Amino acid sequence: MAYSDKVLDHYNNPRNVGSLDKKEEDVGTGIVGAPECGDVMKLQIKVDKETGQIVDAKFKTYGCGSAIASSSLATEWVKGKTINEALEIKNSDIVEELSLPPVKIHCSVLAEDAIRAAIEDYKSKQENKDTEEKAKTEDHAQEQGK
Amino acid sequence: MKPNKCKRPIYMDYNATTPCDPRVVQAMLPYFHEKFGNPASRSHAYGWVAEEAVSKARRQVADLIGASPKEIVFTSGATESDNLAIKGVAQMYAEKGKHVISCVTEHKAVLDSCKRLETWGYEVSFLPVDAKGRIDLEELKSTIRKDTILVSLMAANNETGTYHPIEAIGEITRERGVLFHCDATQAIGKREIDVDKAKIDLLSLSGHKIYGPKGIGALYVRRRNPRVRLVAQIDGGGHERGMRSGTLPVTQIVGLGEACALLQENMKEEVQRVQSLRDRLEKSILEQLDYVYINGDPDNRLPSMTNLSFAYVEGESLIMGMKDLAVSSGSACTSASLEPSYVLKAAGVEDELAHSSIRFSLGRFTKEEEIDVAVGQVVSAVKRLREMSPLYELVQEGVDLKSVKWEAH
Ligand SMILES: Cc1ncc(COP(=O)(O)O)c(C=O)c1O
Ligand code: FES
Repeated sequence: MAYSDKVLDHYNNPRNVGSLDKKEEDVGTGIVGAPECGDVMKLQIKVDKETGQIVDAKFKTYGCGSAIASSSLATEWVKGKTINEALEIKNSDIVEELSLPPVKIHCSVLAEDAIRAAIEDYKSKQENKDTEEKAKTEDHAQEQGK
Repeated sequence: MKPNKCKRPIYMDYNATTPCDPRVVQAMLPYFHEKFGNPASRSHAYGWVAEEAVSKARRQVADLIGASPKEIVFTSGATESDNLAIKGVAQMYAEKGKHVISCVTEHKAVLDSCKRLETWGYEVSFLPVDAKGRIDLEELKSTIRKDTILVSLMAANNETGTYHPIEAIGEITRERGVLFHCDATQAIGKREIDVDKAKIDLLSLSGHKIYGPKGIGALYVRRRNPRVRLVAQIDGGGHERGMRSGTLPVTQIVGLGEACALLQENMKEEVQRVQSLRDRLEKSILEQLDYVYINGDPDNRLPSMTNLSFAYVEGESLIMGMKDLAVSSGSACTSASLEPSYVLKAAGVEDELAHSSIRFSLGRFTKEEEIDVAVGQVVSAVKRLREMSPLYELVQEGVDLKSVKWEAH
């Protein structure tokens, strides 16, 4: 199968390969896929709490060339967007940009899923933190009430 | 890494097909235009010349496997030979029984012929294999029944190169009065095969795997002790003693004969040379990379190939990274399906490692320098992709991948 120039470019010069510290509060991590299916994608975002803007993104992918290209492109696209804007990215946009053939559409779906999973993870971290903080202040209040 | 000076990628996919040897091409050329006759034309010199060429080729093929020329039926390739052997025997011996034995790792040409028999009311037992791709001979013995008419097992597997113990199999089938069909497509020229020694009753081979042309193959059909009979699958003018009708493609047949003669002459040295190249390739890769696993039976396999799984990198992306190498991931015929190789799965190779498998198959025109270029490309591509692999990262962190809950999409 011949690859499109854009797939080859992302494969040969992947953007934003690497990892962010998944323990950081402002980092969201999405891992999707499964080794036995031949594809696992990890996509991470770092979000500015004030603006909700994605200031950094990294990926690591185990999968075919199209999966690597899709995740590389996804990190490029989410950078600079707010998390709500990033949620608008559709796998069909990736298919179009990379000219993926039909058998490779699921690789782009995986990239979309990875973006969502990363945002989800970030959001749940914020909620946990909120409830933690709430719990803390409640504890505090209780203690003070004693 | 040394640069690859030639523009075409280095060919390491000899199990898929081989280039025609220039000597084979030379031998074929006169039969396109000058000596174009139909060997079935008994009434003039054009036919006689063609008939003579076919006879010579028939002997060359027969000699290579220790058969007599009358036992060779020309076909369009090993796929047809497998079909003719399995369906032809099944139909001929239906009164004796309707049970056939084969194995889960056979080529699709055998498996699908057997599956066709099932739709015709036959029963087929597919023997399982162990982690090295080997069958259990005791299991073969206990699977043979009163109504078993045929055992079809290959000499060497096309994906892993694993050998079946054909001489031990032939011993068992002969003793039990069951016919033995052997798909020797990959083994010819690399493994010593003598139809009498191995007590083989039917044998498939193909031109394009042995430096001959595509579209030609042969089926060996034993004529005595026992005399094997077949129901033809292609009817017509009664060529090939009624077993395979159709005007003989003289050019292809001459090519196949010449290819066999060349093997006969040089097999020993050729096997030695290619095995030392394979060993060098395999050893260098294993020395320079960790988490690499050999698929198949390292002690009993084709000398010309190695099938390796590179854990934590996916095969297709790896092939993409080895720009100057022409190799395959799993079987060439199944790679379009996106399914991991059924041969590796049958041997209990985990799906993940099956996805990571690459078959390197070398041959007559592989050069020593090419091995070094290949090793360099493999090592650097695997290293680069592992840097990009979330699985490799997890393993480096000490995570057991099996303990992770994956969300398959
Ligand atoms: C073991 C085996 N049997 C049969 C075949 C089919 O051969 P042909 O291409 O001549 O039909 C092949 C080739 O892929 C093979 O490897
Ligand atoms: S990740 Fe499965 S084919 Fe691309």
